[in-house]
Amino acid sequence: MKAPRSIKDFSKGDGPIAHVAVEDQIPLPPPFDKIEEEKEIPPLREQTRENYACILDDTVLVNVPRPKTKEEEEALVNGFLSGLRKLFTPENNWTFLQPLMMTMEHCAKCQTCNESCHIYEETGRNPLYRPTYRSEILRRIYYKYIKNASTWVHGDVDLNWKTVVRLIELSYRCNLCRRCAQTCPIGADNGLVAREIRKLASQEMGIYTRELHKDGSMLQLTVGSSTGMNQLVVKDNVEFIEEDTTDLTGIETKIPWDKKGAEILLIHNAGEILAWPENVGSFAVLFNAAGLDWTLSSDLAAYDGINYGVFYDDVQFARTAIRHAEAARKLGVKKIVLGECGHAHKALTVIADKVLTGDLNIPRESCMPILRDIAKSGKIAFDKTRNDFPVTLHDPCNLTRLMGVIAPQREVLKEIVPKHRFREMTPHGCHNYCCGGGSGFAIMSGNNFAEFRHHVFGRRKFRQILEAFQGEPMDKEHPKYVCAPCSNCKGQIRDIIKYYDAWEKAGIFYGGLVELMVNAMVDVKPGYIDFDEFH
Amino acid sequence: MSLLPHIIAYVALAVFVVAVVVRIVFWSRMPLHVRWELYPVAHEGKRARYGGSYLEEVDWWKKPREVSVAGELRVMVPEILFLVALKENNKKLWVRSFPFHFGLYLVIGATVLMMGGGVLQAVLPGAMGGGLGRTIQVATVACGASGLCLGLLGAAGLLHRRLTDPVLQDFSSPADIFNLVFFMVTFGVALLTFLVVDLDFSRVTAFVHGLVTFQFDAMEGRGLEVFLPAVSVVLMGLLVAYIPLTHMSHFVGKYFAYHAIRWNDEPNLRGGDQEKEIQKVLGQPIDWSADHIEGDGKKTWVDVATEEMSK
Repeated sequence: MKAPRSIKDFSKGDGPIAHVAVEDQIPLPPPFDKIEEEKEIPPLREQTRENYACILDDTVLVNVPRPKTKEEEEALVNGFLSGLRKLFTPENNWTFLQPLMMTMEHCAKCQTCNESCHIYEETGRNPLYRPTYRSEILRRIYYKYIKNASTWVHGDVDLNWKTVVRLIELSYRCNLCRRCAQTCPIGADNGLVAREIRKLASQEMGIYTRELHKDGSMLQLTVGSSTGMNQLVVKDNVEFIEEDTTDLTGIETKIPWDKKGAEILLIHNAGEILAWPENVGSFAVLFNAAGLDWTLSSDLAAYDGINYGVFYDDVQFARTAIRHAEAARKLGVKKIVLGECGHAHKALTVIADKVLTGDLNIPRESCMPILRDIAKSGKIAFDKTRNDFPVTLHDPCNLTRLMGVIAPQREVLKEIVPKHRFREMTPHGCHNYCCGGGSGFAIMSGNNFAEFRHHVFGRRKFRQILEAFQGEPMDKEHPKYVCAPCSNCKGQIRDIIKYYDAWEKAGIFYGGLVELMVNAMVDVKPGYIDFDEFH
Repeated sequence: MSLLPHIIAYVALAVFVVAVVVRIVFWSRMPLHVRWELYPVAHEGKRARYGGSYLEEVDWWKKPREVSVAGELRVMVPEILFLVALKENNKKLWVRSFPFHFGLYLVIGATVLMMGGGVLQAVLPGAMGGGLGRTIQVATVACGASGLCLGLLGAAGLLHRRLTDPVLQDFSSPADIFNLVFFMVTFGVALLTFLVVDLDFSRVTAFVHGLVTFQFDAMEGRGLEVFLPAVSVVLMGLLVAYIPLTHMSHFVGKYFAYHAIRWNDEPNLRGGDQEKEIQKVLGQPIDWSADHIEGDGKKTWVDVATEEMSK
């Protein structure tokens, strides 16, 4: 295994310090258990290696140009130190100062958290991917270079441009799922440390991933959505969804826009509109049939629930959250309801709770309790036999571990799926594993990152899915449904299925929760979920 | 010279109290941070069983929120006493860490018993002569001796692991090793004192009684009878003063890690107390340098979060 043998190796050498080899990984369950049939991660292109500092592992995401002069090397180190100082001031980092300092001061370095990390485990336990590794490097830099504390007490590390570039890149080898934090006996949070390194790089050095910043939060704040859809385009697309949904369900479907004084402002992840229009259509069918008073907003950023700031930048986070709330205030709605998007849930419901005040402090809630109430209310008749295929439920981290919304989606499934067809993943609920697309990875595919993402980050989820369906005939004549009520998770699971050819080889299919609900509606034409159409 | 152990004990106790108070004040005065809770949240009542929250309710802000102190205690007490999280997630470490921590608790328990006995003797001079005194003495010996054995065993186990596990070796600083050696030496000398010259804890009890009643009598006896208890008291004192100055003060930090962060799901309701505090932190200046922020130390969080963005 190519891996750093010591923390001190992190600052040394000119090339990558780790490599994930197929033979180091744990084989998957059948029918994917033949390790010799697994693909290796393709090498980076020569041009990429020449242009960027590809010095961490098999891939590169942040694309920091390799410094050409001593001055450029120093600028990287000085920029990092400047950001690190700010990271520990209450003015610049009131948002996370206490949780960050708690981790810096009290981590006992006991390594308990490592085994909870799907990335560390699925690389064959490569030391580079320990949740503790990047935190320990940051901790040593902080105490040595910012606090001028003794290395006898806090340990030593060399700080050079390679340390900086590797540390920033390594902060993008974490899904920020915080499963490690859940197992910490003291309460340290190494997931947060990864986020804070990303934040330091973005807010001070202007170093970020293109997908999260330029094509993500900036596009959302200037055009209206990270998908690039402006207000006219999104309305056009939603009109198509109305027509398609009407055709597919046999129910006249209308999706209201900018309805003043509506009870509910529903905010979808705009990725659904383009990639999974049936999800948006299903919400409309259910909300209309349940008689809810709801609307979408065509205001800037408000028709896209994403908030990528939550993954890398507090300022971008606050800007987006305020625009979401501002749209709700303008419409005079009673509450904001988040569609099937985990990070949008956590961003607006939980984290923005300490940003929004006064007339922007409009109540916000998950769609899951509403869907549960719809399913149990009796207003809509469901026929479970329409979902007579194996179903497993993926728990999005943001919704479960980080928000505690766990029971409602299961109560919905009880109403719409035959009992013997549902099987839980192990573990599940708040102890779930991330899909591998968390922290924005689901939208990142530059260089060879997509292959790395499927092969490493998504491997544990794929393993869980296969384990959940063991005992079922593993072929496409027997479709199996992975219910993933989160746009990013859905994108990641779609990509894993494609990467492993899991539809052709095992009949594994994926989708949201509302699609399953509409599929079971008695008033809807049978066959709303079309397994053949999907592939 | 005979007063030196007394002086060290008082100074150590004072350093301990001051350092712990400073830590508590430090953590409790940290600025408001965004919500960063992690489920299961123990005070969520029945929902805590599976990791659920009040956010599972439609219109949750209109409903009374259940905050179960009993639920918190059900998690905290076993966690403090038996290190449940470590047991569940890292059994190899738990078999070393649990005896170490439980040994510490027992030693603290023995000290509290001795102090209580001292106070009782001062207030009710006859009380310690009867059954109560005998019970306190037996409990002191039981707690003290077993605590020292467990603590020493645990510290040795932890040190062995730090020195032999390549990962822990890499992550450990010299201070981490020193801390464990310090515990071993202190507990070892105390255990030796018990075994060689103080099998009934009468010498150390007399010393502690003197501390709480401010009677500084010299220790009776000669040679090891005096030397071992004196060294033991000095080492214990230094350890007590040292702990809160290091990351071993996590017994303070852990309370805040749970109550201020992991379990802090207190919602900010419109017009509620939190809004003023939020407006205060949002009014702070920002000086992050990246182009999309251009903080200059004058612009506030509100300014940067609400400014128009251009492509």
